[in-house]
Amino acid sequence: VQDCILLKKMEISVAEAEKRTGKNAVNMQETYTVYLIEMRPVDAASEGTNPVPDSLWRRYSEFELLRNYLLVTYPFLVVPPLPEKRAEFVWHKLSADNMDPDFVERRRVGLENFLLRVASHPDLSTDKIFYSFLTEENGWKETVFETGFQAKADSRLKALNATFRVKNPDKRFAEMKHYGDELQSVISQLLRVRARAADRLYGVYKVHGNYGRVFSEWSAIEKEMGDGLQSAGHHMDAYAASVDDILEEEEHYADQMKEYLFYADALRAVCRKHELTQYELEMAAQDLTSKKQQREELATGTIRTFSLKGVTSKLFGQETPEQREAKLKMLETQIEEGEELVKERNAECEEFVKSAWVDIERFKEQKDHDLREALISYAIMQISMCKKGIQVWNNAKECFSKM
Amino acid sequence: MMSGSVVDNTVSSGNSSAAIPTDISGQILDLDEDDDLEVFSKDTTLTDGSSFNASMQTSPASMINQYKFEEDADTKDIFVTVDNPESHVTAIETYITYRVMTKTTRSEFDSSEFEVRRRYQDFLWLKGRLEEAHPTLIAHPLPEKFVVKGMVERFNEDFIETRRRALHRFLNKIAEHPIFSSSEDFKIFLTAASGELTSHKKQGPGFLSRMGDTVKAVAAAVRGVRNRPQEFTEMQEYVEAFSQKISSLDKVTQRIVREQKEYLEELKECGPTYALWSQSEEELAEPLKNVAGCVDRCCKETEEQVKNLSDHLIPVLHEYVLCADTLKAVLRRRDNIQADFEAKTEALATKKADRDTMRNDLDKAEDRLEWANNALKSDWTRWQKVMRTDLRSAFVDTAERNVSYYEKCLAVWESFLHSQRTDAEGNGKVDFS
Repeated sequence: VQDCILLKKMEISVAEAEKRTGKNAVNMQETYTVYLIEMRPVDAASEGTNPVPDSLWRRYSEFELLRNYLLVTYPFLVVPPLPEKRAEFVWHKLSADNMDPDFVERRRVGLENFLLRVASHPDLSTDKIFYSFLTEENGWKETVFETGFQAKADSRLKALNATFRVKNPDKRFAEMKHYGDELQSVISQLLRVRARAADRLYGVYKVHGNYGRVFSEWSAIEKEMGDGLQSAGHHMDAYAASVDDILEEEEHYADQMKEYLFYADALRAVCRKHELTQYELEMAAQDLTSKKQQREELATGTIRTFSLKGVTSKLFGQETPEQREAKLKMLETQIEEGEELVKERNAECEEFVKSAWVDIERFKEQKDHDLREALISYAIMQISMCKKGIQVWNNAKECFSKM
Repeated sequence: MMSGSVVDNTVSSGNSSAAIPTDISGQILDLDEDDDLEVFSKDTTLTDGSSFNASMQTSPASMINQYKFEEDADTKDIFVTVDNPESHVTAIETYITYRVMTKTTRSEFDSSEFEVRRRYQDFLWLKGRLEEAHPTLIAHPLPEKFVVKGMVERFNEDFIETRRRALHRFLNKIAEHPIFSSSEDFKIFLTAASGELTSHKKQGPGFLSRMGDTVKAVAAAVRGVRNRPQEFTEMQEYVEAFSQKISSLDKVTQRIVREQKEYLEELKECGPTYALWSQSEEELAEPLKNVAGCVDRCCKETEEQVKNLSDHLIPVLHEYVLCADTLKAVLRRRDNIQADFEAKTEALATKKADRDTMRNDLDKAEDRLEWANNALKSDWTRWQKVMRTDLRSAFVDTAERNVSYYEKCLAVWESFLHSQRTDAEGNGKVDFS
């Protein structure tokens, strides 16, 4: 069951959203939204049967937990992002309130998209925790914590926040990180600009509603012009109203862009993790080199590197041969361990680079495909908007010519 | 008040009392105190409300036949254009003149083509003369003296162009008016050299007699009219409502222009953002650049659409706002003529002396009133037709331009889709279903 990509066998959807109230961790009343995840076998439709889908309810914080687990467990993969926690880049009409029905609906779609992305990923889809997220409503949280991923998360987080410099940065990853930065910056800018333009466009359309009102009033005092004016007024009202649908469609486009805004962050995370891995390798190698050097000095009696011990021994006399033997032995052990560590870390690094690069290539293809589709759907939206405009104004023109 | 064509005590216009201070202040230096100059232009004997000239065969009733306001555009025999603004600098002032060109086949014109230069003041003068000669006919408005909002400079290019267009429309409306277009003053305006026009302007009753007329006008206005016929009351109600509606439309349209401009400002940033993005991409670079180009082209179209509204719809709406004011003034003048008649009627009934003079005066006042009423009624019908034509074509024109705007934008985005389609089908990548 776990071998093939999950989506080939099961249809996953986030079908509904519901409000719940309950007590939170500090025993305070809170309202939150839960989402219904449904899974039904792909073949069901073709077989003509319609079995009741497996379903369970999850809230946003559980999705977050799942994603954090995946991030820590697969640091070399570009993990699909969740829809935004709070509404950003809003234009005035949209409420920034998490309880707003439009926001909840768009989040539902985003969560479904997240699950589908994970389920179609060659590696992530086989993860057991992911599978139980979809199938075990109760006790899933405990299962996740039992994996001990949080400890890894904490240590990695500490390391990531520390500033470190890699001696020989991998050119490819450096370029990828830079690309991630640029992508994030430009999509943010695009979303900002688009939101402002949407706000303005809304104003343009809505003001035309005033034409409707005034034409109607004016038609009351005219004889021959009355009918033409009145009907033209109706079309102006229709024009004003049409902007709501137009902007709603544009929100979907914005959501597609947002997904890749967050993907950029995931990409950068992979690059930073690689840097960390490389850094740890370099540290281990450095440590080994220094230990080997110490051994050499001890064995030959020459001091090549400055060390306080060396200076003090010079000042206060060398150590006894027994002490030297003991030290040499210790160093040998350390060197052995060091070599093991370097081998390990080297392998880790190589493994990371290999897996990461495969996933990055996969991500690139997905991104190029998806964003191209998004641009095309944007064009289709614009065309639809223009067609509506042509229709309304042609209708209005007919009415005006009857004035 | 620049009156010159009437010698009699015609009550001209009730609102001249407001106009007097500004107009007279400019003219006081020019005024000729000779008020024995009788300037009878050909048409005043035909169209003036005062039937003091005993030799006149025509009665007010038969004058109505004059007002056959047929609309035959085919028989248009006079073409007027206003263009070519030029700035003139003198020691005292700087002002703009416009070239006024006339082409006509009318026999009363000495030639078939004329070219003169006129300044805004000259147009004001013409309008004043026409209104004075025909107080209850409806003249098309002139552009305002200064733009109140926005503190536009008098010599700003846009302002001059807007004014030029409005002056052009004004003269054409006069030329199309069956009565106004045969006015001697109109002819002189179109044909006289600058010097001639200046001396013609100076002719007319002196300052004192004009003040006298105004005092009478004010008195009449204060008196008020007692038995206004229902149809004129209905006209007044219509004009009130029309005035409100057209002002609203003017405001709404201006608001639309403002919103469009702000939308345009934001949209202008979108294209460059897509272009910037394309620089980081490989496969996506081409479609992103393409989208950037599309957005930029849509911006240009939006810019043009805004300009269209400003250049075509707003001036027409604005003129009809001014028309509404003109209509109110015309109705007031008519009321004053009636008030004068009513006052004279009363006077005859009560006073004992000078009965013959008073009876004569009363007859004249009655004729004047009948004349004014009939003139207004006919011109009202004509004006409504013209208004309907003007506003209908302005709105139809606007709708057409909007359709054209959307069609152009549509083409832009369809070309993008087409380019992606041919690309994608080549690569077998994208599914368009």
